[in-house]
Amino acid sequence: MTSTAAPPPPVAKRTGTARRPAARSVRRPWTEHGLVFVAPFLAVYAVFLIWPLISGVGISLTSENITGSGGEFVGLDNYAEAIRDGEVWSSLWNTVWFTVLSTVPLVLVGLGLALLAHQLRVVQWLWRLSWFAPFLLPSGVVCLLFAQMVFPSGFGLADQLLASVGLEPGIGWLSDERYAMLSVVATTVWWTVGFNFLLYLAALQAVPAHLYEAAELDGAGAWKRLAHITLPLLRRTTVLVVVLQVLASLKIFDQVYIMTGGGPDDSTRPILQYVYQQGFTGYRIGYASAVSYIFFALILPVSLVRPLSARRRAEEAAK
Amino acid sequence: MHPPHVSRRRALAGGAGALVAAGALGPLSGCAAPATAVGPGRTALRYWHLFGGGDGVTMQAMLADFRAAHPGIALEAATLQWGAPYYTKLGMAGAGGRAPELAVLHLARLAGFAPGRLLDPFDLGLLAEHGILEQDFPPEIWRRGQAGGKQYAVPLDTHPFVLYFQTEICEKAGLAAGGRLKPISGAEQFADALRAAKKATGRPGLVTETLGPDCITPWRLFSTFYAQTGGTVLSADGKHLALDDTKALRVLEYLANLVEEELMVRRADYPACVGIFNEGRTAFHLNGEWEITTYRGAGIPFSMTRVPALFGSAAAQADCHTFVLPHQADRGGAPNEAAHTLVAWMLRNSVAWAEGGHVPAYRPVLDDPAYLALKPQSEYRDVIDDVALDDPAWFAGSASRLWIELGAVFSGVLTGSRTPRGALSEAKARLHGLLGTRNPLPGAAS
Repeated sequence: MTSTAAPPPPVAKRTGTARRPAARSVRRPWTEHGLVFVAPFLAVYAVFLIWPLISGVGISLTSENITGSGGEFVGLDNYAEAIRDGEVWSSLWNTVWFTVLSTVPLVLVGLGLALLAHQLRVVQWLWRLSWFAPFLLPSGVVCLLFAQMVFPSGFGLADQLLASVGLEPGIGWLSDERYAMLSVVATTVWWTVGFNFLLYLAALQAVPAHLYEAAELDGAGAWKRLAHITLPLLRRTTVLVVVLQVLASLKIFDQVYIMTGGGPDDSTRPILQYVYQQGFTGYRIGYASAVSYIFFALILPVSLVRPLSARRRAEEAAK
Repeated sequence: MHPPHVSRRRALAGGAGALVAAGALGPLSGCAAPATAVGPGRTALRYWHLFGGGDGVTMQAMLADFRAAHPGIALEAATLQWGAPYYTKLGMAGAGGRAPELAVLHLARLAGFAPGRLLDPFDLGLLAEHGILEQDFPPEIWRRGQAGGKQYAVPLDTHPFVLYFQTEICEKAGLAAGGRLKPISGAEQFADALRAAKKATGRPGLVTETLGPDCITPWRLFSTFYAQTGGTVLSADGKHLALDDTKALRVLEYLANLVEEELMVRRADYPACVGIFNEGRTAFHLNGEWEITTYRGAGIPFSMTRVPALFGSAAAQADCHTFVLPHQADRGGAPNEAAHTLVAWMLRNSVAWAEGGHVPAYRPVLDDPAYLALKPQSEYRDVIDDVALDDPAWFAGSASRLWIELGAVFSGVLTGSRTPRGALSEAKARLHGLLGTRNPLPGAAS
């Protein structure tokens, strides 16, 4: 019994074994809540998340540069500048636009693939593997693959596809303002749809088979079974997938940085790249921090959607 | 030599970086030059540069020669990726005082690179011992390396914007004879030459980079022709906007018309513009002289010349590679002397460097028969007295915010997504924004 409370922090060991009988110490409320077990995590969390979060606020109130010297307290000047800075808003809009453009197909295609894989009865492992496999590639590999094989103007796969159906190739997939963002979106969909596919597939497999059997006995066709059993039962998964997807899409950086560099004419530059440019190539860490906190304030409500909706459901269930 | 230790300040900066962008700890933690293990009696010399491609090959060969000639110096050279990341690393190394002994910096970036704090001054006496004297350099370029009365940058070369041309096409079009371009002067004559070239090939006469990630050629193009009108972008102290609307519009409208009349390829990113000229699809190509190695390797019939004077003077946008001494808390002694030795050696041997297209800044080399024999590299050498460097400002210079932002704005004029007037007002707004921002890395000497 003692061994359960013993390992990580020395504090627990001392109070547990030296002063009190072992059996009683296990029942102390704070060990019952498992605080001891999460302590290592909390320590890492505090050092690498909470502390930077707080010290970052401090930095955003200074004119700190990247060398970590010469920063003076400037109050809210950085925030005032950021709000007046048109490039903050245009790059923020690019981030939001990318999120809208990418979330819809990523959720729908993920669902579609999951339904397909669930229905297909032959070589199931092949579908699952091949639709999930791209997700395992690092972003750099995916982006270079698309930038150098699919999207080159004139000889890329995308242009050749157009040429094969008789259309004129030569589209600047990554260099034309009209297509650049869509190309980034297409790359992202191919790359990450496998994750949503997997979540949906797991949810589908959790739907009790007897519901379908009962519906079939009542004469419900395939379409009705989908609309009235499958989709309603996938609602919780859909909330999860949408929220995770929105958060992932808001973090867009790698694909744009590698494929278009934010161009043409900053038309694909997301807010994180602007933060990077201000902080790491413009050396203004104070200002970059302020911009990232503005972004943080906008992301926070989105990330609260899921915990809040989960709590509401729990309350409803309790009634 | 320099034991790694993490100060509170460094740890703080690391924390801030992690918050600002994911993965930031990587670049921040790798910014001290690693200490070298050297044998007894040898001096360690660490040198950072940003030369890849053809320049990289040349640099490696020169460094190998230097090593052979100086067995007492253990030279460790590191090639880092060109551009903004290089300058971030170099700055961080200087900030920690654990920088390499010697590094390369673009001259126009000096004002934004905290001379006196991130950079240490050269010992001119030590350079003189090696025979390197101020009067051996073009005065304007040498002076730009100074701050607060001290010399922080010693120029190796200048790398101007030049005009490449296909000799066979141009001769066919009657624009060249004997491998040399017939003189062109004035904007109308240049447009006529492009029309003649178009007639000869049936395609636009000129190609240059007009779009793409971090595309800066549109800025080079504007900067070259705007400098030819006699205009300056900033005031002499780099603190106020001095852009002349009439002159700037003349240039931008001229460029927009070239594209409109299909005398110039509208959409080409950097690899595409090099590829198009390499395949001989256009007669002319405007670019920095460094692509010479590419075209030579391909063996195409081409030559190079100065950008013709279209709007007055024959100025050409340029920057210079210079040597700098990044700040070391304990600079001095044998390693510092070794750094000066390498600088002097590179300057005296810069004929080898000139093969890559750059014009040596060390004048004695310009008269060296070995250099004059280099064709077409020596064809444009007199541009060294007409180079248009960015006005001194912290946001200027190669791969700077100025280049990247205005490159994107002027790209729109060429691709047709912006009107010349719209681009001008956007450019002015961006410049006002940059001017209104305090230099984040003020130098002790500036």
